[in-house]
Amino acid sequence: MPFYVSPEQQMKDKADYARKGIARGRNSVVLQYDEGILFVAPNPSSALHKVSEIYDRIAFAAVGRYNEYENLRVAGVRFADTRGYQYAREDVTARGLANWYAQVLGSIFTESNKPYEVEIVVAEVGETPDGDQMYRITFDGSVADEHGFVAMGGQAEQVAGVLKERYAPGMSMDSALGAAIAALSGQGNGDRAEINASQLEVAVLVRGRTHRTFRRITGARLEELLAKATRTPAGGKGKDAADGGTADGAAADGSAGEPPPGDATAP
Amino acid sequence: MGADYLGGQFTAACLSTGTSSFADFLAASAPGLLPGGWSATAAGGPLAAAPGEPGQLGQDLPHGTTIVAVDFDGGVIMAGDRRSTAGSMIAQRDIEKVFRSDDFSCVGVAGTAGIGLELVRLFQLELEHYEKLEGRTLSLDGKANRLAAFVRGNLGGALQGLVVVPLFAGFDEETARGRIFSYDVAGGPYEERRYHAIGSGSVFARGSLKKLYTEQMPVGDAITVCMQALYDAADDDSATGGPDLTRRIYPVVAVVTADGFQRLTDDEAGEYAQAIVGERMTSPGGPTAPLRPANKRGG
Repeated sequence: MPFYVSPEQQMKDKADYARKGIARGRNSVVLQYDEGILFVAPNPSSALHKVSEIYDRIAFAAVGRYNEYENLRVAGVRFADTRGYQYAREDVTARGLANWYAQVLGSIFTESNKPYEVEIVVAEVGETPDGDQMYRITFDGSVADEHGFVAMGGQAEQVAGVLKERYAPGMSMDSALGAAIAALSGQGNGDRAEINASQLEVAVLVRGRTHRTFRRITGARLEELLAKATRTPAGGKGKDAADGGTADGAAADGSAGEPPPGDATAP
Repeated sequence: MGADYLGGQFTAACLSTGTSSFADFLAASAPGLLPGGWSATAAGGPLAAAPGEPGQLGQDLPHGTTIVAVDFDGGVIMAGDRRSTAGSMIAQRDIEKVFRSDDFSCVGVAGTAGIGLELVRLFQLELEHYEKLEGRTLSLDGKANRLAAFVRGNLGGALQGLVVVPLFAGFDEETARGRIFSYDVAGGPYEERRYHAIGSGSVFARGSLKKLYTEQMPVGDAITVCMQALYDAADDDSATGGPDLTRRIYPVVAVVTADGFQRLTDDEAGEYAQAIVGERMTSPGGPTAPLRPANKRGG
């Protein structure tokens, strides 16, 4: 006979289980830059994506268990394509999709024994930066409307701490990428992730494009951007982040993670 | 908005594992959204004509007319006139019947315009949906076969007079050349060599294409050939519209090459159209073919 478990305990157990699962994976970040929205995720695989296109101006980023967020991605594409087919392409919005994801994840969390161990971001690039939308949806279906940048994963708070120091509205793509890498490589305890192009998945939603705005950045283009991003760490702002030390050592690791931070900014 | 959108069953279908085909997904999860003739359940539905008068309804609906396609050095061109007719009336002067289906292909439709436009919309989404789910595009043959299934899906409608026939062309990235596929109401695809035309004016257009086509033309020549063929079609077929210089309505011209799909702007298409109309002022029949050609011609 099963023991009685109070609903509070049950929910707490499920939440702990999901959080633990998510914390096992790597973090990833989504942030606005002057010409769109940038997605950066450490991902050694070039075939199994953590960042994907959903619709014309909407993309999806996730951390956690691959089969679960892949399932959500496919569902989102189906949802968006059906809605766009039924109405019109401009009637597919990140808000509608985020609400739908929230309800899907919420009902999975309450109704099934095993919650999804995922955290997702749905972002839509607007005509102007003010029109950009970013929604972070967690395993229990709660939605947060984010502005500027979002961090996901087990160490999301530390990553967000670094981003908070380095992010500036209207920053260029390479400084945004620099901030993202500083934030991501500062993660963990001591295992300072050496990040190079082959271990990064980078994609953008480009504001100026029409129709499908999602582009992956790979190969030579990514290496070139990466070289630029790590050489100029946002005009010394990265150093401030380290000195400010908001996120106890994580930030310090972060600036150490950039190849030549002091040297590049000294002259 | 949210989970109630199309009901919980739809949400469950979205989350289920299964097909990368958008049309198959809709047929299984929301068949009501598919156009009448497509799903098996809706065949012979509201659009069914009374027995004994097939095609009566279809005759009175707007029809799109002539589409031509020509391969050339580096890709393929598709062009369509801008007229749609309902019986002997002109239904629309500036309808568009040639569309981008994805980055490396285009599709044109002739026949019942309403069904044709729906077919194109579904086909465009089918290709995009596959690309998003699978992370790669379908091969050109895969796209052509998929379109065949859609055309065959409308067989019920076609037998009731709602005939629609597409022409599909694209740049094959594997062989680096342009390819053209035609269809009939029962499906297809039939791969065409060099050039093809569909629609009411296609008889005249094909005659024109046969005389004007040469292998490995440069792109400008291929566009001119298409425009000439459309002019000849409009010359002899009342349902095909010629270039409308007074209203600045010119054929839609799509160019598909290794660089992708590109549609000529109205100004660009206008230059070709005006040049041809100018030539026809002095020789209304258009260019004449040499009786004994020195160099070998295609077709």
